Amino acid sequence: MDKILEVMGLKKQFKLSAKQQRLEKSGRKIVQAVDDLSFTANRGEIYGLLGPNGAGKTTTLRMLATLIKPDAGDALVDGVSIVNNPEKVRSRIGFLTSELKPEEYFTPSYLFDFFAELHGVSQDVRAARKAELFDTFGIGKFAEVKVANLSTGMKQKAAIAVTLAHDPDIIIFDEPTNGLDVLTAKVVTDYLLSLREKGKTVIVSTHIFSLIEKICDRVGVIIDGKMAVEGTLPEVCAGKLLEDRFFDIYAERAGEQA
Amino acid sequence: MRNNILTIMRKELTRFFTDRRLVLSVLVLPGLMIYLLYSFMGSAMGDLFSAEEDYTPLVHMIHAPESVSFMAEEAGMLVNRNNPEEKETLLSLVETKQADLLAVFPEDFEAQIAAYIPGQGTAANIELYYNAASPESSEAYSLFFSLLDAYEDTLANKFDINREVQSNLATEKDAAGLTFSSMLPLLLMVFLFSGCVSVAPESIAGEKERGSIATLLVTPMGRGQLAVGKVLSLGIIALLSGASSFLGTMLSLPKLMGEAAAMLDASVYSATDYAMLFLVIASTVLVLVSIIAVLSAFAKTVKEASTMVMPLMIVNMLIGVSAMFGSAQTDAFWYCIPLYNSVQCMSAIFAFRMDVSCILITLAVNLAFAALMTVVLRRLFNSEAVMFSR
Repeated sequence: MDKILEVMGLKKQFKLSAKQQRLEKSGRKIVQAVDDLSFTANRGEIYGLLGPNGAGKTTTLRMLATLIKPDAGDALVDGVSIVNNPEKVRSRIGFLTSELKPEEYFTPSYLFDFFAELHGVSQDVRAARKAELFDTFGIGKFAEVKVANLSTGMKQKAAIAVTLAHDPDIIIFDEPTNGLDVLTAKVVTDYLLSLREKGKTVIVSTHIFSLIEKICDRVGVIIDGKMAVEGTLPEVCAGKLLEDRFFDIYAERAGEQA
Repeated sequence: MRNNILTIMRKELTRFFTDRRLVLSVLVLPGLMIYLLYSFMGSAMGDLFSAEEDYTPLVHMIHAPESVSFMAEEAGMLVNRNNPEEKETLLSLVETKQADLLAVFPEDFEAQIAAYIPGQGTAANIELYYNAASPESSEAYSLFFSLLDAYEDTLANKFDINREVQSNLATEKDAAGLTFSSMLPLLLMVFLFSGCVSVAPESIAGEKERGSIATLLVTPMGRGQLAVGKVLSLGIIALLSGASSFLGTMLSLPKLMGEAAAMLDASVYSATDYAMLFLVIASTVLVLVSIIAVLSAFAKTVKEASTMVMPLMIVNMLIGVSAMFGSAQTDAFWYCIPLYNSVQCMSAIFAFRMDVSCILITLAVNLAFAALMTVVLRRLFNSEAVMFSR
C-alpha cells in the first residue's frame, strides 16, 4: 500500500488555566493531550480516529493540519514534515471542522474564490471545481446568496465546499457529522465515500461508532491521548461489534491505569 | 507573496464596502453626526448666550444723573428712572428675569465724584444688579457696564491706549492656525481611533469567534501575509472613516464657533501642509490599527476585544489633549514616541510651524512601530495558545 500519511510518536501537552484547574478539581496543572501517537494512512483510504471526548482526537488532527505544533514527534504528509515544512503541508491538505462557521457577510461563491486564490488555484480550474462541488452539495442555487441567509445545513455544506477548493489529496475532518441534520450528514458521508473512490485519503475523528463502521477502512482507537488499538476494522473489532469492542478496550485501559 | 496580501486586502475591503450598514455606520454616520451635532450645538449655544438681535435692553436706574441716562439712551437702551423705595421690588423682578438690569447710584453721585481724589478716601460705588441666566439681562449688563467704563474714562482722562490703532497684528492666518492647532489634533486623534476600533476587532477577534481563522491559517499563505493584509486593509477603512469625521468637523466648525469663526478659514493651509498632514494621519492610522489588531488577537470575542481597547482609547485622548496646551515640541526626542509624535506634528502643521525633519522622524517611527506590531500580530497568528485558547 502507498503510505500518504505517517504519524510518528506525536506528543502534545497543554497547561491548564486556573479556571480549567478549578473545573477539573484534579489539581494537575498540565494535561497530556496526545502521548506518543503513531499511525499510518494509505492513499485512497478513509482512516478513522475513534475516542471519547477529551481523548486527544482534535489535538491530533490540529497537529496534522499544522495549526498547532507537536511537542515531540513528527508526521509526514506525502513525505513532507509537518514540523519542518508546515506551509507545504498546508497546500496538500484540506482541514474541516464542524465548529467552522463561514463568514456570513459573503456568498459561498465569493468565499470559494477567495480560498481557491489563497491556494493558488487557477481561474479556469477554479470555475469547474466550484461548479462540481456546489452541484455535489446542492448549493448551486444559493451560490450568490449571503451565508447569513442560508440554513445551518447549507452553511455547513458551503463551508465544506470552500475548504476543498484546492482539491487536496488529504482531507482531515474533525467530527464530520457533528451538529448536522440527518440529510446533510448523509450528503457529507456520501461525499467522503466518493472522495475515497477518487483516490483521496480522508482522516476523520469521531465518537460515533456507526460512522466508523460505515465509511472507514482502518481505525485507531485513542484513549487518554494514546493509541489503544489500530488496524483494519475487522482487526480492531476482533469479531465483535465495534461499540462492544470499544468498551472492552476502554475497560482494559481503565484497569491498567487503576 | 504580494498576491496573498492583496487577496486578503480585497476580501476585507469587499466585506466592508458590500455591507451597507457598516458603510453607513463607519463612513457616513460619523461625519454626518458630527456635522449635525456641532451645528446644533453652535446654534443652541448662540441662542442660549445672546439675546435677539433687535432686542432693546431696559435699565432701571435709581438716583442716576442725567448725563448717564442720556448716554444709555444714546446707546440704544431704554431707561426707566425709579424711586429708591422700588429697589426691593426691582431686585425681585431681575431675579425672576422680568427686568433686565437695575443700576443703583449713590444719592449724591456727582458730588462724590467731584470730591474724590484718587488714592484718598473711597470712590463712589454704583451697584449693578443683573441675572446671568438671562441672555437679555447679561447683554444689558455688558452694555451698561461698558458705558459706565467709558464715562469713568472721560472724568479723568490722562492718556489713551491704542486710540484709532489696529493693535492686534495677528493675521487671519495666525488666528486660524492658533485655533486649529489647539482643537483639531485632539479631534483627529479621537476620530481616527473611532475609525480603527469600528473595524479592527471585528476583523481579528471576529475571525476567532466565528472559527473561520482556522480555515485561513490552514492555507499555504504565510501568517505574515495575513497580518500585513489585515493591517493595511483595516488602515484604509479607518482612514476613510477618519476623513468622514474630519470633513464633518470642518464643515460644521463655523457654525459651532459662531462669530469667532469669521477668522477661521481652512484655505490658509497650502497643498504641502495638507500633504504632510495626510502622511502623518496615514502613519497614525497604521499605528492605531496595528495596536488594536494585536489587542484583538488576544480576545476570544469581538465584545472582549472592544473592552480590551478601552484603556488605549483613554491614552489616545490624553495624548490628543496635550496639543491644547503650549506649542509643538521642537526636540526630536519627542517625535520618537508613537501617537504623541503624531499629535505634535498635527499641532505644528496647523500652527504653521512645521519642521520637515520632525515630520520625517514621525513617519519613520510610526511606520517602524506599525511594522513591529504587524510582526507581533504574525507571531500571535502563529501562537496556538492565543489562536485556539478556550
